[in-house]
Amino acid sequence: MKLFTELYTELDQTNKTNEKVEVLRFYFERANAENAAWALYFLSGRKPRQIVPSKKLREWALALTDIPEWLFDESRDTVGDGAETIALLLPNNFEIDETPLHELVEKRLLPLRGADEEIQREEVIKSWNQMNYAQRLIYNKLISGSFRVGVSQQLVTRTLSEISELPKDIITQRLMGAWEPTPEFYQQLVSNELGADETPIARPYPFHLAHQIDFPLDDLGDVQEWQAEWKWDGIRAQVIKRAGQVFIWSRGEDLITERFPEIAFAAENLPDGTVLDGEILPWLDGSALSFNELQRRIGRKTIGAKLLAEVPVILQCYDLLEFESTDIRAFEFQERRRILSEILDELDTKTKKVFQITESVEAASWKEFAEKRETSRTLKVEGFMLKRLASPYRVGRHRGDWWKWKVDPYTIDAVLLYAQKGTGKRSGLFTDYTFAVWSGGELVPFAKAYSGLTDREIRKVDKFIRENTKETFGPVRSVTPKLVFELAFEAIQKSKRHKSGVAVRFPRILRWREDKTIKDADSLETIHALIESHETTNE
Amino acid sequence: MKSELIKLTDKGLYCKKGDFYIDPWLPVKKALLTHAHADHTYRGNQSYLVPEEGKRLSRIRLGDEAVIETSKYGETQYIDGVKISFHPAGHVLGSAQLRVEYKDEIWVVSGDYKLTPDATCAPFEAVRCHNFITEATFGLPIYRWTPTEIIFEEINQWWRRNQERGKVSVIFAYSLGKAQRVLNGIDRSIGQIFTHGAVERLTEAYRESGVDLPETKYVGAVENKKDFAGSLIVAPPSAAGSIWLRRFGAHSSGFASGWMVVRGARRRKAVDRGFVLSDHADWEELQTAIRATSAETVFVTHGFIPELVRWLNENGMNAKPLKAQYVGEEGELEETGHEH
Repeated sequence: MKLFTELYTELDQTNKTNEKVEVLRFYFERANAENAAWALYFLSGRKPRQIVPSKKLREWALALTDIPEWLFDESRDTVGDGAETIALLLPNNFEIDETPLHELVEKRLLPLRGADEEIQREEVIKSWNQMNYAQRLIYNKLISGSFRVGVSQQLVTRTLSEISELPKDIITQRLMGAWEPTPEFYQQLVSNELGADETPIARPYPFHLAHQIDFPLDDLGDVQEWQAEWKWDGIRAQVIKRAGQVFIWSRGEDLITERFPEIAFAAENLPDGTVLDGEILPWLDGSALSFNELQRRIGRKTIGAKLLAEVPVILQCYDLLEFESTDIRAFEFQERRRILSEILDELDTKTKKVFQITESVEAASWKEFAEKRETSRTLKVEGFMLKRLASPYRVGRHRGDWWKWKVDPYTIDAVLLYAQKGTGKRSGLFTDYTFAVWSGGELVPFAKAYSGLTDREIRKVDKFIRENTKETFGPVRSVTPKLVFELAFEAIQKSKRHKSGVAVRFPRILRWREDKTIKDADSLETIHALIESHETTNE
Repeated sequence: MKSELIKLTDKGLYCKKGDFYIDPWLPVKKALLTHAHADHTYRGNQSYLVPEEGKRLSRIRLGDEAVIETSKYGETQYIDGVKISFHPAGHVLGSAQLRVEYKDEIWVVSGDYKLTPDATCAPFEAVRCHNFITEATFGLPIYRWTPTEIIFEEINQWWRRNQERGKVSVIFAYSLGKAQRVLNGIDRSIGQIFTHGAVERLTEAYRESGVDLPETKYVGAVENKKDFAGSLIVAPPSAAGSIWLRRFGAHSSGFASGWMVVRGARRRKAVDRGFVLSDHADWEELQTAIRATSAETVFVTHGFIPELVRWLNENGMNAKPLKAQYVGEEGELEETGHEH
């Protein structure tokens, strides 16, 4: 794992794209297929489930050192990560473990799953003893199920495409779906022999993703060359019907067929050799339910009858990628839409209810679109998707043909009340904040947020927190209410589960309002008014 | 019961019997300095006493007008009946611990120190005392240094690999001490070394003091940018992210600091590589140094103060916090030029 350790260490530290590609290249040019397959497995975000809980690792590590628990906890708070803290506290070893990555994973890691605790302990300690810090860090993260490499799928694909001299989308496609990290898989991945079966029946196409529009609309040119659709807030998915079988894939490359039985069932009525791209939405009596409702269905393996009745789902279809078993992604968007609408038209009434085509919103000018977009909140959509009529279906995130045009978020001025140290890049600094608004003369916590500040601001706020701590509860500190921040949300709703009575979606810090005092912060009443104005216009 | 020979005041550590301050941060009549880092060496004092071995560095920091007297390591002086002497602290060139003795009571103010061998300065010398004032910049057990040879292997390999990839290597290291340690330990056969202006001046003072350093060229004196190809640039951390770096074209950046032990700190620093190289004692060195003094009371001035104090007390020592305005404080580690 020497080469892999170098790869991880270098990838982990640099944030330059070019440097990352060089480091990846260096690795994949040298690693043999057995090791490369595992490296690729980890780099694409896959990881073994937890084998040993971190609590056990901590217990065994403490027994090897003379460090009391309180000091371990202090160390952990500074480091921000348990697996790393253990790697740093174990007795020093500067020798490098030369065991190949595949052997480490297959012979020393995976067999420990479900093994006797004593055996686990002995094996873990044996491994620790022969590894240096960097290797222990990787090992601890792997064994506790928290391993993650800071590299995008796109960069890995780009590197493999360069090495294999294959087009990027072939690599992307070969990497999609379920695969095992075997040397055969890796060899096949980089092999330039294109199998007749390059599209195995289960596999989805890489999704075409859009950027938020960040320039004046007029720059898009003639409004007649574009189609606008409402942008729904659901789960992006591809529904595949091939060789009599149905597969539903999420954008995160998870196979989610079983989570949405009503769609899977209806999809059996699609013509064979069809791939739809769309948004799974919770839909009842002709209109969308909130994303919160959909969340009740996410993460559950089996869906009970009650939930199925309360939160039924449909697919808002916006594109057709495969028709009569032919990849039609190169067709113009308007042509794909035309065929899509024909296919959906021919379905029986019941199936039609599940597969609805996204409405194309008409307007004569960008100005008119801008006016229509203002009604997004009422319609429970996030804004518009703009798509060029003549565009092909591309691979990945692409600028030019598809644009997200989301409505501006809700904003609230809130007071910093609690803080906690961050993890990862933000470890050791207080970066996780809880915010409050006024209610009857008191500050009531209502949202947590951590992104949106610059490094410099983070350090200033961190310093403020240290100097203005009122109380400490474990890792959380309460601070003197003094700082005001403008927060943005995608949605606000009434909630019985939250103390404040409201739940916010995607809270983030827009800016630090150094110009405001806590008296200027908003109140719960303001938030309720926001929710109500939204509901009234909705009726 | 011991008297309080040395006390913390709002201007710095103060010895009333001898009427002198140690590393004061506000102007005073007489200042004794442990070393020339900015948070221990402030301008504006009426007179200074510094270790002889660090006088060139002190002169650069304090300016031509400053009234500076020097004292050699181990040399004894009396100030109003208080016996004082400087002893090597192993921190940077000319860094010292100050031993203060009056009527059978001995105090040692250690300033900043380390025990890791360092060819650019005299090694730390343990001095027995009743009261030991220590730093705790790295007073957590996660901070344990990797042997310097291994770190230099890493730096050398990084430089070579950058060369192969057609990149200039830029290493950020604090301009007094760390930069010269990097220069002293690096494999000089790999290529040409250039320095930032802030580093160059202090490096010259090191050379004049007899420290073995490779040949370096001042970046500002280079006219043809092609001369930088394959070279190593040594620059202060303040140059990170600045337009000054543009002249080097494609480059990889590294940062030499004890903070680089922790992954979060490495990633936050936005450099390509972190190298664990510190001028301060690590966790184990702190224990070793403190025990070697046989002190009855240990005062902890900066860094992880409550953590080290609690640990020492739980391990049979008598330790107390003594919060001075020296940096190395966790929350400020990004802002200070010290130990970067």
